Amino acid sequence: MKKNKKTIHRPFFQMGILAVAVAMIAYGTLRGEVMTVFHKATNICLECIGLG
Amino acid sequence: MKIANKLKRKLIQIAAFGFTNSHIGNFMEGKLYIGKWKQFCNPGLNCYSCPAASFACPIGAMQAVAGSMNYSFSFYVTGFLLAIGVLLGRFICGWICPFGLIQEFIHKIPSKKLRLPKPFTYVKYAVLLIFVIILPVAATNYMGIGKPAFCQFICPSGTLVGGIPMLSTHKELRDTIGLLFSVKMTILLGTVIGCVFIYRFFCKTLCPLGAIYGLLNKVSFYHLEVDKLKCVKCGKCVTTCKMDVDPVKNPNSAECIRCGACQAVCPTKAISIGFTSNKISIRKEIEQ
Ligand code: SF4
Ligand code: SF4
Repeated sequence: MKKNKKTIHRPFFQMGILAVAVAMIAYGTLRGEVMTVFHKATNICLECIGLG
Repeated sequence: MKIANKLKRKLIQIAAFGFTNSHIGNFMEGKLYIGKWKQFCNPGLNCYSCPAASFACPIGAMQAVAGSMNYSFSFYVTGFLLAIGVLLGRFICGWICPFGLIQEFIHKIPSKKLRLPKPFTYVKYAVLLIFVIILPVAATNYMGIGKPAFCQFICPSGTLVGGIPMLSTHKELRDTIGLLFSVKMTILLGTVIGCVFIYRFFCKTLCPLGAIYGLLNKVSFYHLEVDKLKCVKCGKCVTTCKMDVDPVKNPNSAECIRCGACQAVCPTKAISIGFTSNKISIRKEIEQ
């Protein structure tokens, strides 16, 4: 009985996390985070290369 | 079967490496790819200051957004990692991550092979918390800008695929080399030596991305299951696993990179790895 309950509820939990993740991506995109990522990724990152 | 799985994984790792690092020509001139794909993150650890990189590094991007003037947390990158992690878990480490593949090649150097004591595997969670989450937000300058502490003080991937190629092609950058570069080179050297003796030394001990995917391994759609009715407890899976996992006792271990080596050696085919649950088939077998 306990095992069945686990089997039934796991996908809901997973779908819940996925839904939260999608909402976070959408919110982050809407508030302009993508440009910050793009800017950082297209310029030499001095910290990454050991100078900054 | 064993060779087929090994070969399949290696080919996929190499293809993923090539796809995410397709701008090889940039190494000559020491410049970065600056096209639109750089706004998206690579699911694996891949420094965006690597000339060949086609995507942004998710750990670097997470710190860059959190440490920027405008934000203190990245919903975009965290959401991306949460989505990838809940779908695939550490399958990314085993099959997609470029730095995982580099470490596997280093481990091929002939030497005595060692096992890592378990407590060291917890260090990566501290690295994630302190260097990726806390320091970029807490240690800011007068303008409220924080530095990507993991990239700055630890990441050996950045030193190897970003630092070395960039510094060897730019004299003006070479002229500014200081103590920090020596620290990062020492960490890189330590990582390389560690990887010679211990399989995926960096993945096991330091990688914050592995820590995130490891936590999500416990709930990911892509998962490992052991059919207890078929398992004859021969222990072959445990001795085969280079990530020191016992898949029978702990199929959702945060250390399992879903490489499939245990599945390939199991004499009774008791191990399954995938999206679907074999609980249904077990139940059917019992009913019959
Ligand atoms: S632990 Fe980190 S470096 Fe290792 S494969 Fe996973 S993401 Fe890549
Ligand atoms: S438990 Fe199996 S799939 Fe997981 S890392 Fe070990 S050998 Fe690979």
